[in-house]
Amino acid sequence: MTDSLLSVRDFSVVYDVDPPVRAVKDVTLDIKRGEIVGLAGESGCGKTTLAYGVQRLLRPPAVITGGDVVFHDKSGDDVDINSLGVEEMRRFRWDKVSMVFQGAMNALNPVATIGSQLEDVFLVHRPEMSRVERRNAVVELLEIVKVGGQRLRSYPHELSGGMRQRVMIAMALALRPQLMVMDEPTTALDVLVQREILRQISQLRHEFGFSVIFITHDLPLLLEISDRIAIMREGEIVELAPAERIWNDPQHEYTRKLLASFPRLTGEKGVVAR
Amino acid sequence: MTTLEFKNVTKIYNVRGAGQLKALDDVSFTLNSHQTIGLVGQSGSGKSTIAKILTQLETPTRGEILLDGVPIPRSGKGLRRYRQQLRMVFQDPFASLNPYHSIRHHIERPLRLDDVVPRNEVDDEVRRLLLRVRLDADAVIDRRPHELSGGQRQRVAIARALASRPAILVADEPVSMLDVSIRLGVLGLLADLQREEGLGVLYITHDLATARHFSDEIMVLNQGRVVEQGPADDVILNPRDPYTRELRAASPDPEKHFRELSARTSGGAQ
Repeated sequence: MTDSLLSVRDFSVVYDVDPPVRAVKDVTLDIKRGEIVGLAGESGCGKTTLAYGVQRLLRPPAVITGGDVVFHDKSGDDVDINSLGVEEMRRFRWDKVSMVFQGAMNALNPVATIGSQLEDVFLVHRPEMSRVERRNAVVELLEIVKVGGQRLRSYPHELSGGMRQRVMIAMALALRPQLMVMDEPTTALDVLVQREILRQISQLRHEFGFSVIFITHDLPLLLEISDRIAIMREGEIVELAPAERIWNDPQHEYTRKLLASFPRLTGEKGVVAR
Repeated sequence: MTTLEFKNVTKIYNVRGAGQLKALDDVSFTLNSHQTIGLVGQSGSGKSTIAKILTQLETPTRGEILLDGVPIPRSGKGLRRYRQQLRMVFQDPFASLNPYHSIRHHIERPLRLDDVVPRNEVDDEVRRLLLRVRLDADAVIDRRPHELSGGQRQRVAIARALASRPAILVADEPVSMLDVSIRLGVLGLLADLQREEGLGVLYITHDLATARHFSDEIMVLNQGRVVEQGPADDVILNPRDPYTRELRAASPDPEKHFRELSARTSGGAQ
């Protein structure tokens, strides 16, 4: 078994509009088991398209025009994601790869309790589980993410933004996937809550050993949480290196430009001309 | 020299079914022209309530706002004059401009309403303001907001705020909706305008890093109270209040992160 979890080779996505937009261009990327890979770049650089594309979550007019995505399951099987049929794909998603979406407010159903929404995951993917088993699993998940099992019957609007995001993480964790894709999971939260959620993600990663693709435009945050960072621009990964190298020794001009876009909290002044 | 005084302001909201919420608790500060104050705090700390009270969208429960020592009149010409003196730049340049109107219209309106320049000079003044925010006036003047990028729209919003020649600018998260690579450009523009026009700027943000670089002073708000205020570097680099320390520790700081990381690894090797 290699220590690689997901191998993306020459992956391309085109938005088939007039004129066609090449959103992801020949991207090659390996995600190792248990690592956090940050995908950084500005809006429109293709980071979300790439992360959705490797799970075949894109809809027309997006078309995958080339490349392979192979998932190296811990059972030892290699799964070629592009060749999965509809039913296989449905089973693959969430079981092996799950997602945490940006707006927990919009991703949760406002008229269903969080308990029932978490239970749905098991109802669909683990039909052999009994009602009691499902309920226990949901309580356990809510305890793991520190929302607390007693919040089972709460509706999303009864929880704070941070709690809702934890529920989303619980949902992503439900089937113990090997990879979690997190799309701007803390962008709408304020700094104190953001810090708690980040701590929790790191801790869960150590506990459960999943890999994370963490998408954000917030490079300072990414530098702290990621093992490796891929800097994307116009559909291409212009630089891929360990976080420390991106910070100390950025190779690409665009990486340097992006780093310079963030004023340092404690470092030198002079970025904002005053 | 213009002085804006926010004096012992308390704001209590009556929340249906939940009693009373004290959004601001005896908050006082003074903002002079030629000065930038950064107002930081987490969501719900009362930052936006201060902006709403300053723009007269809310009235304080107790306390008062003085402009050059004069309380803000409740209506009439005095209120109009106050609003001409204090302008606002909002967070979302996609929402703060009217999609039906041209850029020209957006900037003309305050010029006409406040009789800033004679009628026959309005067009020149619109162009001057667009140049002032470093936009190509010919290229954007007849366009509508949706034809411009986020950064361009925010520049238009700044030009509109400057049109009535205010002494005070309230900027509520003016760059947080913009793409990262253009944020510094817009902040730099605001800093230049602040210096050149001698504006007093209240910069409201949750981003401690930009607050430190952009402001002369920083004021930290927690649950409606000012917990710390002082020169920007002092507050961020040597915070005295526990809450300020907490905010600072939570803010991403790669410099510190990698310093600690290398200290740990070299410590382990010994």
